[in-house]
Amino acid sequence: MDFFVLMLAIPLVSGALLTVFGERAWAPNLNIIASLGTFLAAAGLTAEIVANGPRFAFGEQFFIDSLNVFFVALTAFVGLTTSIFSGPYMKNEAAHGRLTIPRLRLYKSMYQLFMFTMLMALTTNNLGILWVAMEAATLTTVLLVSLYRTSASLEAAWKYFILCGVGIAQALFGTILLYFAAERVLGETGNALLWTHLVEVKGELEPTVMALSFIFLLVGYGTKVGLAPLHNWLPDAHAEGPTPVSAVLSGLLLNVALYAILRCKVLADGAIHGDYAGNLMMGFGLATLLMAAFFLSRQKDVKRMFAYSSIEHMGLITFAFGMGGAVANFAGLLHMTMHSLTKSAIFFAVGHATQKTGTQLMENIRGLIRINPLIGWGLMLGTLAILGMPPFGVFASEFMILTHAMKHHPWATPVLLTALGVAFAAIFGKVQPMVFGETEAKRLPHAPAITPVFLHLGIVLMLGVYIPPYLTRWFHEAARMLG
Amino acid sequence: MSATISFSAQLINLFAALILLLAFAMLAQRRVMQLINLFAYQGLALCLSTLVVAVSTGQTHLYWSAGLTLLLKALLLPWILHRLVRRLQVKWDVESLINIPTTMLVGIGLVIVAFNVAHPISELSSTITRGTLAIALAVVMLAFLMMITRTKAIPQVVGFLAMENGLFLAATSATYGMPMVVELGIALDVLVGAIILGVFFFQIREQFDSLDIRHMERLKDN
Repeated sequence: MDFFVLMLAIPLVSGALLTVFGERAWAPNLNIIASLGTFLAAAGLTAEIVANGPRFAFGEQFFIDSLNVFFVALTAFVGLTTSIFSGPYMKNEAAHGRLTIPRLRLYKSMYQLFMFTMLMALTTNNLGILWVAMEAATLTTVLLVSLYRTSASLEAAWKYFILCGVGIAQALFGTILLYFAAERVLGETGNALLWTHLVEVKGELEPTVMALSFIFLLVGYGTKVGLAPLHNWLPDAHAEGPTPVSAVLSGLLLNVALYAILRCKVLADGAIHGDYAGNLMMGFGLATLLMAAFFLSRQKDVKRMFAYSSIEHMGLITFAFGMGGAVANFAGLLHMTMHSLTKSAIFFAVGHATQKTGTQLMENIRGLIRINPLIGWGLMLGTLAILGMPPFGVFASEFMILTHAMKHHPWATPVLLTALGVAFAAIFGKVQPMVFGETEAKRLPHAPAITPVFLHLGIVLMLGVYIPPYLTRWFHEAARMLG
Repeated sequence: MSATISFSAQLINLFAALILLLAFAMLAQRRVMQLINLFAYQGLALCLSTLVVAVSTGQTHLYWSAGLTLLLKALLLPWILHRLVRRLQVKWDVESLINIPTTMLVGIGLVIVAFNVAHPISELSSTITRGTLAIALAVVMLAFLMMITRTKAIPQVVGFLAMENGLFLAATSATYGMPMVVELGIALDVLVGAIILGVFFFQIREQFDSLDIRHMERLKDN
């Protein structure tokens, strides 16, 4: 059977199965096995695309090229490791009485459906379906954010739903305008929203309409990326939801939303001659980066702090893609990969740490290295990696973004350096005492899953020291497509 | 526009104006039940205007959209909301953060902005519905305003759904509707969203004993 069909079918079918059988003892294993199956199918698909080039599926409804196959592989991989992590994590939560069996069932089925919507958004060729899948991703995660049913988690979920709903409505208006521009060129066929058709005629699209359309799309999907000023949902949803959900929100959802913007940017750039779209993205990116960096130092909750760090990195990546060109796009893609892997690893470590100490308040978490050296070192190394310390991969991508900015947009350099410096001081100063220092902590009934943490950090380390040639070629190919 | 405007175009403009008027009425309405009724009327007006466009242009898929709108926006969603309000025994009146006259004035400002933004695009359009694009954008903005100013959960949701109405009007007025598969997807999302919200209301109420979202202001950065 086709790898592509398998990749979409496995999460959908297992999501439905888990809705029915999610309370059985074997359900957590099914969750992991399904994620493994999805990952293997995605790996097969990736190999196929790398070997044979872009392809369609189901007529022209789905389109996979070197740009989105890279996100597909990343999504499926982080999906797999998060499901492995969530096995013992959720058992511990249940043992502590924070979650009941029916809620675990809800978690597992929604997790698979969330993976389905992510993969659907990534592979669809139809910009309308892309919107539908992004909205569906919000809907599958909103009940996960409120999984603990505490007042804080309900508030976070409500904010998440309303803000993302408003944001995504802007994106729909942008899509309508895009369709309007496309229809004048492509005619009233069902093809006028297919990206592959649009990209062929991008030079003929009406510039005024595309300019307006891109603003709406950027603000709309930007809400889900966490771009200022509509970023408020992000720290709340990350802090109040279960940790595996924080990991996939940060590691996957933000990337997929940014991917949607990138696809639209290619069209806007083709229609509007000049750097209009790029300048907008640079502006939003810098504002987001700066805002997040200064909010970092005020945080008390560890998951909230790392959520702000995600906003900061998304701002940086948006800025990189805004600069455009082969080098900046390459750096942006690399940074997206590094951030996904590192941030989810950090959330895994943080999740276990908060379970051991029973609190998310940083001032009450002390001496992780004595409680469990692996968790302590995992958090420390992850933090160093996300702060851009060499030899981790984040250093390489941040270095590329910075040098490119110095060369082409020197005015932005002080802002970038200030933000990165402030973020470093804020995060390192808070994580250091959490890892070292005295402690009184308890044993967990279920041994934590440490492998995913070090697996991710290992890859990030490897990519910092050595990027395999096929991966470089792949990134180059994708960066070239973005123009 | 010239004096030779066709009868169907006049009808469409009439319905679009009605939708805008209903958006203002929703902004001014203080009672939850009436608010939901107004939303249902707006859905009905939207359905009728889509139907007129369908008849005058012969676009068959617009008949389906009109049917879908009638079923979902004018009947099913108002029915779900009515049931929720009764089951949850929500208090009848709606509170607003800003007083109603001020809100209306801000609303008028938004409509002017919307007409200015949409003007260059309407010029390009060749559809008979092009005059309504500005109205559609205005409806979206008014719904947005309603979501910002209301303090209770249900009016916020009605605002959210009204925004969807505005977007749908934009789609029919600028381009005679999105491709069918997209429209079905959007309808599915709206329906699932409404059901999830229903579940959510019960959770909120269980926890806070009220649907006033001013209770939900504890998550702050400090």
